[in-house]
Amino acid sequence: MFLKKVALLSAITFIGGSAVSACEISARVSIVGNEFPAIQTVGAGAQECTGAEVSSNLTKDHQSINVPGMQGNPAEYTSAIIANSSIVALMNEDVIRPLDDLVAKHGSDLQSSQLIKIGGEIMAVAFMANAQHLMYRSDILEQIGVEPPKTYEAMLDAAKMIREQGIMENPIGGAYASGWNLAQEFNNMFLGYGGSHFKDGSAEPNVSSEAGINALNMMKQLSDYMNPDFLTHDSNATNAEYRAGNVALLNMWGSRAASQTTAEGVTDAVKNGHAISGPMTVGGGSVPASTLWWDGWTVAKNISDEEAEATFVAMMNAIRPSKMEDENIRTQAVWLIEGYSPTEAAVGVFEAAKMATTPYPMLPYMGLMHSALGAELSDFMQGKESAEQALADIEAAYVASAKEKGFLN
Amino acid sequence: MRHRTFFWFFLPTALAMLLFIAFPIVSVITQSIFAPHSAVLIEVETCTPLVGCTNETKIDQDATRALRQEQPLGRFVGLEIFKDRGHLAITEVNEIWVQSRSLTDFFIGLGNLPFYRAIAFTLTFTFVVTPFVIFLGLIIALTVNALHDRLKGLVIFFSLLPFVITPLIGALVLFWMIDSRGILGSFIQWLFADPDLSLKASTGLMWMALLVYGVWHAAPFAFVIFYAGLQTLPMDQIEAAQIDGATRFQQVRYVVIPHIMPLVTFVALIQIMDNFRVFEPIVGFNAAAHAQSVSWFIFNDLQGETRQLSSASASSVLTIIGVAILLSPVLVRTWQDFKGKT
Repeated sequence: MFLKKVALLSAITFIGGSAVSACEISARVSIVGNEFPAIQTVGAGAQECTGAEVSSNLTKDHQSINVPGMQGNPAEYTSAIIANSSIVALMNEDVIRPLDDLVAKHGSDLQSSQLIKIGGEIMAVAFMANAQHLMYRSDILEQIGVEPPKTYEAMLDAAKMIREQGIMENPIGGAYASGWNLAQEFNNMFLGYGGSHFKDGSAEPNVSSEAGINALNMMKQLSDYMNPDFLTHDSNATNAEYRAGNVALLNMWGSRAASQTTAEGVTDAVKNGHAISGPMTVGGGSVPASTLWWDGWTVAKNISDEEAEATFVAMMNAIRPSKMEDENIRTQAVWLIEGYSPTEAAVGVFEAAKMATTPYPMLPYMGLMHSALGAELSDFMQGKESAEQALADIEAAYVASAKEKGFLN
Repeated sequence: MRHRTFFWFFLPTALAMLLFIAFPIVSVITQSIFAPHSAVLIEVETCTPLVGCTNETKIDQDATRALRQEQPLGRFVGLEIFKDRGHLAITEVNEIWVQSRSLTDFFIGLGNLPFYRAIAFTLTFTFVVTPFVIFLGLIIALTVNALHDRLKGLVIFFSLLPFVITPLIGALVLFWMIDSRGILGSFIQWLFADPDLSLKASTGLMWMALLVYGVWHAAPFAFVIFYAGLQTLPMDQIEAAQIDGATRFQQVRYVVIPHIMPLVTFVALIQIMDNFRVFEPIVGFNAAAHAQSVSWFIFNDLQGETRQLSSASASSVLTIIGVAILLSPVLVRTWQDFKGKT
């Protein structure tokens, strides 16, 4: 009986809540995007709209379906939720439309920092920021008597102490799964050592450099303190290790900070000891060995103006400022929405922004570089080849694919 | 059969083959010899949150559209994609040949090129898994056939399970079992008294795991085929062999195996084709760091943020050529058998 009352009560609040939002649309809305909690919230927010069908397809594999799903005419997806890396693919294929007129008409709730302008046109509306930064076990660091590391060198020292004192065998965690994750960790370290992926203003690769060698050597040293299976550990597996209390220090996505201690089966030691801070620097550099990201939404080009407008209205409803009053939603991400006050879980990303972390490069050929890195780095990490050879292989693999795609001759 | 009857009889099959086999092959071949146009790049001001405005490169869509309209298929590149580093790597192979002092040197150099490394794994997988599958399938079939009728159904059901499970799921189950914290992974660590031993971190052990998975998954297929074949065994020949004093092994060697030889050829054919396209276990075992196959390359090319259709098509064409080469001895034999009969 009690449960029924609760259900009824929440149903009433829910109906009341959606009545307040009063989002009316008159044409189809279809969303494709990634599946972490903040994006789930955005997808659900768009579905509050009434008057026409709003469907969402939120999946880890969104990158491989968003371009094909928007190339048709009419496009299957009217909106793609993307990040600064994946908007490039949509721009390259010319499947998203400029939003200037829609922002003028319906975008009064937006802050100017949310508008992603490319060549003077608004191409996307950002709603959250993200960056990888340090997460650590404060109890373990207290036990060995060191401050949370601010550099990767200090992280190595702390890891050494933890291992030597027999507290943990593999105290460092990292999403080093071969492929996208491993390449991303290289990008972090490479930028931290002051490297730049391409020769100025061209698509010529530039990773075969001192910064590249330093980055690889640092990654190798870190991996000595990781679970021996590290080449198969993506963010999820790394977090599982952390939650199980097997890892004390890790460089992890800010978007996962809030859920780190709320998942099922997290031990009390981890719950109480969990702490976060800003990204680390490396090799005496001042720029953090991390990248700054934003997540936002776009509107498809190959749809009718009515559908575009409906999509814009529904997506605006999903990120309206009043959403920030909900405590659960507020902790899910570092929102760029008006009315957001940072929670404890946001410290790391804000620190990353304050430290002038380099944004992930938004270049048409960066995706090819990322793939080449992902494919060619694992040999080095397994100790099968030298850093120089690995970097030469990366450049060669990148050049082959860049020639195919017409970025290099 | 009259030609006319044959024509109408065969027409539906021919149409289906044209639609589902011939056209896709023509399509991948076309895509592999055309590549996207040269990108027209322009610098524009880009403004993003928390960072502000910077100058970034983007593709000039108007110019690109004009290029595309002129030549919708893209830029003709001939065999360039086949020859690049991601595929046959002609230039690189030549360089390695010139630079290496011994054959070992040469093969180590080849191992650094993605295509040849993938071929090495693919061929190992094909030629280890195929014979084991046939051998194991035959053993299971003979054992089950000798069982009491009441037990047969149950044993057949359990023997078939590995084949019933979706390949990817089967691979994932094994993947978690061989994790250094999984049941098999921990057991191996205990067995060799080495807490750092990890199947997933060692290329050799990972290859073994993949091979074991391959045999485990496909053996039931061979078993079912052979078991069906055993039901047609001519009992009079077996009896004759028994009267002649043939042992169990001799009966199998001289009566059973010759009888089901056509089935062995069939299983070998299917298995070579399947194993050459090995893909699911690599994804399921997250083994791309240790083992890659040509099929995995196709997946990888299409999966990145920038899809490489030409490269994926070239890999597909190379797979077709590879399968054709591997099957040629079997096909030639079948053709000779056919000609011998007519």
